Formats: sequence, structure tokens, C-alpha cells
Amino acid sequence: MIPALSVEDLTVKYRNGPGPVTAVREVSLEIQPGEVHGLVGESGSGKTTLALAVMRHLPEQAVITSGSIRVDGQELIGLSPERLRPIWGSQIAMVPQDPLSALNPTLRIGKQLSERFEALSRSDARDKAIELLEMVQIADPARVARSYPHQISGGMQQRVMIAMALSAEPKLLILDEPTTGLDSTTEAVVLDLIRELMRARQTATLYVSHSLGVIAQFADRLTVLYASELVEHGSKMDLFENPLHPYTCGLLDSVPRLGENKREIQLRSIEGRIPSLEDLPSACVFAPRCPVVIDICQETRPALEGAGATRQVRCYRWEETRAGEIDPRQPPAPPPLERPTIAETALQIENLEVRYDQPRSLAEWLRRSPRQSVRAVDNVRLTIRKGETLGLVGESGSGKTSLAQAVVGLVDSAEGRVELFGAELPTQIKHRDRETLSRLQMVMQNPDEALNPYLTVGQSLSRPLALLRGIHSEEEVRRLLEGVRLPPEYADRYPAQLSAGEKQRVAIARAFAAMPGLVLLDEPVSSLDVSVQASILNLLNRLQTEHGTSLLLISHDISVVGYMSETVGVLYLGQLMELAPSENLFDPPYHPYTEALLSAIPLLDPKATQERVRLRGGIPSSLEPPSGCPFHTRCPRFIGDICIEQTPPWQEDKTGKRIFCHIPVSDLRREQGQVFAMRKRE
Amino acid sequence: MTKESTTAGVTPARVWRPFTVLTRLFGRPASAAGTSIVLIFLLMALIGPWIAPYGVNEQIPSETRQAPSPDHWFGTDHLGRDVFSRVLFGARDILLLAGLGTFLAVLAGTAIGLLSGYRGGTFDEALMRVFDSLLAIPALLLALLLLGVVGPARNALLIVIVFVYTPIVARVARSVVLSVKSKGFVQAARMRGESETWIIFREILPSAFPTLTVEGALRFSYAIFLIAALGFLGIGVQPPNPNWGLMVAEAREHVFQTPWALWMPALAISVLVIGVNLMADGLRRVLRVPGA
Repeated sequence: MIPALSVEDLTVKYRNGPGPVTAVREVSLEIQPGEVHGLVGESGSGKTTLALAVMRHLPEQAVITSGSIRVDGQELIGLSPERLRPIWGSQIAMVPQDPLSALNPTLRIGKQLSERFEALSRSDARDKAIELLEMVQIADPARVARSYPHQISGGMQQRVMIAMALSAEPKLLILDEPTTGLDSTTEAVVLDLIRELMRARQTATLYVSHSLGVIAQFADRLTVLYASELVEHGSKMDLFENPLHPYTCGLLDSVPRLGENKREIQLRSIEGRIPSLEDLPSACVFAPRCPVVIDICQETRPALEGAGATRQVRCYRWEETRAGEIDPRQPPAPPPLERPTIAETALQIENLEVRYDQPRSLAEWLRRSPRQSVRAVDNVRLTIRKGETLGLVGESGSGKTSLAQAVVGLVDSAEGRVELFGAELPTQIKHRDRETLSRLQMVMQNPDEALNPYLTVGQSLSRPLALLRGIHSEEEVRRLLEGVRLPPEYADRYPAQLSAGEKQRVAIARAFAAMPGLVLLDEPVSSLDVSVQASILNLLNRLQTEHGTSLLLISHDISVVGYMSETVGVLYLGQLMELAPSENLFDPPYHPYTEALLSAIPLLDPKATQERVRLRGGIPSSLEPPSGCPFHTRCPRFIGDICIEQTPPWQEDKTGKRIFCHIPVSDLRREQGQVFAMRKRE
Repeated sequence: MTKESTTAGVTPARVWRPFTVLTRLFGRPASAAGTSIVLIFLLMALIGPWIAPYGVNEQIPSETRQAPSPDHWFGTDHLGRDVFSRVLFGARDILLLAGLGTFLAVLAGTAIGLLSGYRGGTFDEALMRVFDSLLAIPALLLALLLLGVVGPARNALLIVIVFVYTPIVARVARSVVLSVKSKGFVQAARMRGESETWIIFREILPSAFPTLTVEGALRFSYAIFLIAALGFLGIGVQPPNPNWGLMVAEAREHVFQTPWALWMPALAISVLVIGVNLMADGLRRVLRVPGA
């Protein structure tokens, strides 16, 4: 059988720096018809370059210096752009990460789809377009065909891209992180669709992703890239069950799995940083971070060796790993110290509400029509005890960031009562005194914007020390850096000289500089690479035990929140749906929304089983939130008018879980099974 | 991936060293040419009066209307004045006026823009509407109106430049504030109780500096143009001042006899303006700070 894609010894170099930089080094892979091949790697691993090279769609500075790319037996290297054009679309198609930038904003969806059928008459082409939209399960294809790209939701846009890619029945489909920009409940629906279409059409697929969970659920075989190099390659089961390369082991160990908690399992982070492509280690690229490195690893580059019929690994010690003679895993973080539970309350939030007023037009102002406002946070009550972590999970638009900003006093329009260690907090930050400021700090979402690019790390760290603790000493700055495991010479560096993970460490050090009693963390790891995430989470846990700090952790990732927290709150449209101790979060009864969330997460275990609960439609606009229960428009367990008309009650079950729903907890418990089951790791 | 590695060695401190800025400006042909032109004109303004072969208003009755020659590089005008010497003398005048005016406008505009943008609210809204309406009036017309009020004194030109360009600079400064104000490092500064002055001048201003420098350079070239245009219209400066615009106006009547007396000052204006623009474009590249 001719493979749908065969890449041999492909090397791609970039020529935009002082010298050529290798982005993909002698990579080979093969995809059979009907097979889904996962390509995993962190940023800078070369996975996008590889995908673009297969498309022969590399940027101008990139050059393929050697190798061969054959799609359905036809060699692509050396083809002129004129000869390539008929191949794009008919032989190879790609679904990009950001659908909005790939669709033409000035043309209606129907027009863009029917353009592909030049041979057909206009009305036939239009029918074909509608047919395609039906194929990707768009409920109202005629309406969507008449819409412009910005008028439909992100999930819908991505379905249109999939319809477009499949319209010509390509031999090879390349999916480049197709669901990364989507919310988890939408992602689940789109992934289901892709899976169904793949199964029905037997299209060979190259699935590029940084998310191991998606790959575990999707791929048949997978290739792991690290710093331009193919490090391991094999069937999904082999790689997930018995990884042979230390980097693959590290990747699998560095993400918390759904249902795990820091009390039971310690994350193993890969220490060090991903090498820059200009400065690759000459022998084994992973040697500087490898726990089982030996002399030869730093002297000569290991060859890609066959470890079984369909499996390859680039490591000198894979045989020892397979025989169990060495342990290629990273050392685990020390378990957190047992702390006596202190009943003292760190933060108490009562009926918090955040509104953003929409601007009025001149006409509205003249007519004196009332201002429309978005209720970003609505009637939220929470309590965080001293030394405890409370996690908040929610999709985009759930109001989680607004809530954090309201607590630190950065929004003008917050109402309600917030108490910090028993003292009421003034709503706005300018009314808070030094003492209060020093007890409450926050780590911002985006590490790239968290530090002033014009100040050195030392300058950034010395300000809170001087202002909130009255300390003016370089010694203390160095101690802070040491606390987040950064060398003292970093004090003289500028943010541009740090990696994203290091910037986040500095931002954390700055928040802890004031010795706060409560730290708010807004998506502290979501923009970081997988191998860096674990080290940041471990760092936060360690700092928390050392200082007895309470944490409010906000994330869209329910695995991270469940891992880090003692209590978890689930937010939807600015309201709390459920508040559960983390040990009970993953067991029924669940709030119907939590049930859907847990069912939407791609599990990191190819053998795991998972209930399939899918939500209809998108999140409603917060300008006109649904009446009654805010979730009723999408709820799979909708029970009738009561959900539309009445605000649900807070019910408490005997484990201390609190659920905001009309359905009695006993009924929920009876009807719901365990949403997912996954083996525990040791 | 490549982005991170190419910027890794550059730090804000290095970007701001004047010598580094200059060497990097000479790294590209276009900005090197622009910078050289500006430097040559600056040199002319500094030492022009000493190297000028003739006096600024020295009339040589026997040598009127001479074409360019080794004696008179740019020829002489209808009164027998050496055009080259007058262009040299004019450089000081125009560079000083335009430079000082732009500098003051950038200073005032930055202060107003930063404060107004950071505080926001009704005051900011009102001020920006006023600036918008000022910007709707063509600069030359505004200058004419102002000169009508202040009178045609030389210092009045300075006031005009400051008045015309302050709103433009303020808008630019404000737009930078709006994009920086919501970033994490500014919020962190607010959370540790920094004063407003510190936040505006230490946290926000550095991010605005590259944009403002480039904007200043562009304003400088427009100011040169404005001064020349006003001189040409005969407002602002009076004869026999060697203002390049005024020289063009005076030579206009004799354009068929002494075309060089018109071309040379006009050439000086355009070469200088092109030079400043090329340099501003170079500055835009050079001052880009990684991560800002």
C-alpha cells in the first residue's frame, strides 16, 4: 500500500539570523491511509515547521535543505508553485489553529465554500456548500451560509474550516492545533465531529498538537519532537504505556491528570529550559535536562534506533529503560508538608457583583434610555481559609478574571462585601492602605506583560520590598530570586532575556515579596509550555507551605484546578454553579455543567473511559443573561419551566458539596454515573 | 522560537546608549543617508557663520545675478548676495526654531497625553474633543490665525509650532498609555500602592519613549516645512532674514534671471526634510525594544 504521506530525512533551516538555524533535523515519518498520526512537541520543537514543510508552504526564509516528502507517492520537493497549486486542496488540506484569520472577512461563508466548485453552476455550487455545512453538523446551514465569518462563533468557524478542508476529499489532512483556541465544552464537540468524519472517510491525518490529552484520545501513532529532533516514535499505546525516551517520560509526568490532587501525587517537572535553536546542544539535544545523562550523550548525537517493529527512539539508554535498569523519570517534587487546618478565614466574599456599563450612543443618551450593562460577576459567595487553595474554573466569559480583579480592587464597579482576614476591604484600590495592599497580591495571566520591559528583574523586585515592607537591600532581592529557584545574576537581566517560565517565576517572586496572606493567581500556567507548567505548580505549592499563604487559583483547566486546590468553584456566566471539596469534585452528584466540563476534557490515558455529555450551542451573551438558572439554555438535564423562571436553590450533599440546581441532589446522584474512569499512576 | 533568540542579546539599557543608537542607525543604507544629512545640516548650523565666504547680507553690486561658479558656489541673487552664504546662515535659524519648537511641543504633548490618558474620564474625553477640533484645522491656517493674534515677531513662530504640534503629540502619547495601562506590570504597580507620578513616569513613560522619539523627529521635519512655508508667505520673518522660505519668495520674482537663487534654498529645505524623515524611519527600527 502506498502511504498517504511519507517524509524521509527532512531537514529545514531558517536563514534569517546571522547563520542558518536548523528547525527540523532529519525527520522521517510515514502515515498510512486512514491513520491519524499525532505530532507532539512544545514551542520551538519544530512541529509547525514540519507541518508547513509537508504543505510546501514554508515562509520565505525557510529552506528545505535535504530529504523527501511524498504525498500518495508523489514527490513534492522540487515542484514549482504552479505544479503545487492543484495538489493543495485536492491532495493535501489543512485546518489552521485560528479559523478567523483563515477565513475571508469580506465574503459570506456560503460564497467562500462554493468558490471551491468552479465547474458547477452557481446554484449547484450553493447546494454543495449547504451540503458541506450539513456534513459538519451545523444546525442551520442556510443561515450560516448567509453569515460573514465574524457573525458565527469560534466553534462554528472551525467547523466551516473543516468543511472546506474536506470538500475536495484530500488524501492527507493536516490539523494544526484545531481546537486550541476553543473553550473546552466547544472543543469536545468539534473533536467529536473530527473523529466521526475521520472514521467515516478514512482520511490520513497529521494531527499537530501540544496537548497530550487530545493526542491520547485521537491518534493511532505518534511522533514526539524536541528542539528540532525526532526523539521518539511509535504507536499510541506503546508511548503512553512505556515511554522509552526520557523526554517523553518527562512530558507525561509533568501534567496533572484529571482527578489527581497534590496530596496524592507530586508532579515531576523537567528542569532547565528548552534550548534555543541557535544554540542547540551538539550531541543529544535533551542531554542538559536529562536525569539519566551519561558522558556519551554529550559527545555524539544518538542515532534513531528501532525498538521493535514500529517503534523508534533516539536515546543511548533505551534498552536499559525498557529492561527497568534505569529510571528515566524526573525526580518528584517533595510532598507538601502536612499543615494543621486552621479555621481562620482568609477571604470572605459576600454577594459580589461586577458590572461593566456599555457606552450609550448619542441618540440613546438623548432619549435617556437606561445604560445596558454586562454583569460579569453575579451574586458570588466564597470563603477561603488560611493556608488553603480555592480553585475557580470557568470557560471564557465566565467572569473569573473579573472576580479576581474585583477582589484586588482593579475594577471600579464592584459591589458586595469582601473581607480579608476579618477586615472589610474598600472596593477600590486607592482607598486601601499599605497594610491591606501588602496582604493581598496577584499574579497576572500573561507573563510577557507582567514585567516592565524597561526595568531589570532586580528593579522590579525591589519596589514592593521598599514600598510594602520598607526593605532596601539587594540581599533580600537575591533571597526572593532564590525562593523561586532563579540564580542571583538574574537581578541584572531584562525581561526580554528571560523565557516565559522564568518571567512567571519573577512575577511570582514579586507577588510574594510583600509577604501577602492571600495571593490571587490568574491562569498562572496557561500560556506556558507543558514541561514548564509542572515546575511552576510545584513552586506555588512550595511557597504556599513555606509561607502559609492562601491561594485563589483561577484557570480554565479543570485538571490543574482540581490538582492544586482544596476547594473548587465552578463558574458559569458570572455565577457559581458548584462549590466542592476537591476530593469529591470528580464523583457524582455533579452539577449538570460540571458533568459536561468533566466529560469534555481529553483524558491523558488512551485506555480511560469517559461518559459523553455534550452541550448545545454557545455560551449566551452576558448582555442578556438567561432568566432563572443561567445554564438552562444549554443544560442536558433541563427539567422544565422551573429552570427558566426560578433561581435555583443551593443544595448541600452530605460530603459538603454545594450545587446550584433545581434537581434534588439525591436525584442527581441516582441518575449520574462516574463521568470518567482512569487508572491512577503511582 | 526565532523571535526569542534574535532579541535575546538586546536590552533596553543598550538600546538607549546614544552611541549604540547612532551606530545602529548607520547599519542600514537609508537611515545612514538620512542621519548623515541631518548631521551635516547640524554642522552647518553650528559653524556656518564662520565658514561662510561672504556676509549674510553683504551685497556686491558688481557681482549681481551670477550663475554658480568657484567664487560663488550657489551663485548670487539680484542684489549681489552670495546664495551659498545665505543658505548657510539660514540653517542655524531654521534648525534652532524648528528644534526648540518641536522639543517644547513634545514635552508639553507628552505630559498632557500621559496624564489625560492615565486618568481617563470626562476630563480626558473633553480634552481630546478639543484637540480633535484643533487637528481639523490645517496647520498652516492655524499658524496664520495665531500669528494674526500674536503679531509677526520671531518668537511668535516658536509659540505657533508648540501650539500646532502639542495636540498631535498628546494624542500619540495618550494612545501608548491606553495600550500599556491595562498590562500586568502597571496593575502590579497599582497593587503595591505606587504613586500616580511613579506609575506614569517610571512604568509607562519608558514604553512611550521610542514612539515619542520617532514622532518628535517627524514633527521636526514638519516644523521645518511650516517655518519655510510661513517665510515664503512673508509672515513670521521679515527680510533681509536668510529664512529659506523667505529666500525662495524673494527669488521668485527673478526666477528667469537667477533660477539658482530659488533652487538652492528650496533644495536645502527638501534635502533636510527628506533626511529627517529617513532618520525617523531608522529610529523606529532601532528603538524597538524586545518585549515592549
